[in-house]
Amino acid sequence: MAIFEAKNIKKSFGKTEVLKNVSFEIEQGEVLCILGSSGSGKTTLLRCINFLEIPDNGHFILNDKLLFDASENVTRTDEEIRQNRLHFGLVFQQFNLFPQYNVLENVTLAPTLLKKGTPEEIDRNARNIIESVGLSDRIEHYPCQLSGGQQQRVAIARALALKPDILCFDEPTSALDPELTGEVLKVIKELKTKNTTMIVVTHEIEFAKEVADKVIFMADGVIVESGTAEEVIVNPKNERTQAFLSRFNTM
Amino acid sequence: MGFWEVTLSLLDGLKYTCLIFALTLVLALPLGLVISFGSMSKFKPLAYVIKTFVWIIRGVPLMLQVIIFFYVPGFIFGTPILSRFASVIAAFVINYACYFSEIYRGGIESIPRGQYEAGQVLGMTKSQVFFKVVLMQVVKRILAPMSNEVITLVKDTALARVIMIVEVIQAAQNFAGYGLMWPLFYTAVFYLAFVGLLTLLFGFFEKKLDYYKI
Repeated sequence: MAIFEAKNIKKSFGKTEVLKNVSFEIEQGEVLCILGSSGSGKTTLLRCINFLEIPDNGHFILNDKLLFDASENVTRTDEEIRQNRLHFGLVFQQFNLFPQYNVLENVTLAPTLLKKGTPEEIDRNARNIIESVGLSDRIEHYPCQLSGGQQQRVAIARALALKPDILCFDEPTSALDPELTGEVLKVIKELKTKNTTMIVVTHEIEFAKEVADKVIFMADGVIVESGTAEEVIVNPKNERTQAFLSRFNTM
Repeated sequence: MGFWEVTLSLLDGLKYTCLIFALTLVLALPLGLVISFGSMSKFKPLAYVIKTFVWIIRGVPLMLQVIIFFYVPGFIFGTPILSRFASVIAAFVINYACYFSEIYRGGIESIPRGQYEAGQVLGMTKSQVFFKVVLMQVVKRILAPMSNEVITLVKDTALARVIMIVEVIQAAQNFAGYGLMWPLFYTAVFYLAFVGLLTLLFGFFEKKLDYYKI
């Protein structure tokens, strides 16, 4: 049984239809990688899942419960959407750490504001998570004192601190120097071993091949091809997928 | 008229200068934030009303506004509503709140969307995002323009004398009636000391916020 199901998701900005009827599901502990060229709608899809954009059509089901339905206004109130967001974590391409807080404070801020435990529990939990992303020695550093790779690992820790059901990544390594992508991808791989359910929008084809249980290839707001990494990346059937991947292989 | 007598008299005037300065700051700083929210409101009619209001307040000399606040209620209601001092405070607070609101707006709008979104996806409420994430970054960004405004305010307090508030300059001017001009020039020392103190204070705040970069 799928832990999360998105069905018939549509989203337009003005007259531009960015998502045209996208549906997919993901099982507990699975890693879903979304591939596609820029403008294919993959980032918008991720933003819809995190309710940074509200889909015009379709619904989300999480753990057999209807989380959001575009046609039902009760699921669209500000408070409802805020609660729904807590089921998901999002790691941004540009990290978006809070510059005025140090590493520990970045991770503890939201759990503290949302009263997700006693201060001691929140602190202990945050320190454990920061250790798991390998930044225990940077706990009192500010974001401006960290490398891009370290900042992104803090961003992952910050998202994990709220124990989301599904952790989403929006091109987590695209803003990094090539030599720094490895440390971030390593953290994501480790999360997979801990049975974390993840949706990763990425351009790292090799990484996707290695880590993905399921791969979706998107183009022009629709899912062109989906299946295992083997099916989509190694033996793509659709010619658009083939064209996209061949560009990477020749590089 | 000896030096000490003049100094004491000017210090008496300085009391009003300081009072106008402090009351204006304490009231205009929060009011400016409210006005900036109004001018950024998604409810367009409100935004237009506020923007027009800011245009009028920033477009009319502060000296004239002080006069209007003191005399106009008298014309309308037959008796003055506000005392001399209250008129000055009302005019200064509204005037400075409008200037502050524009500085706030610039600061708030300069914070990247990603900061709001990062707060939102972490489940924070809108007010938590503003007060816990955005505000401190705004403070850092607007510190320099705010220090400019605050320093200008020190010297604008002299405008209160148009409705006969005896602040420093008016206190000195009173001596001119006896043929003494030097007290007027002497007031510059008071302003310089005041502004010097503020410059040090703002420098201290800037250093305080130096530990992070936006």
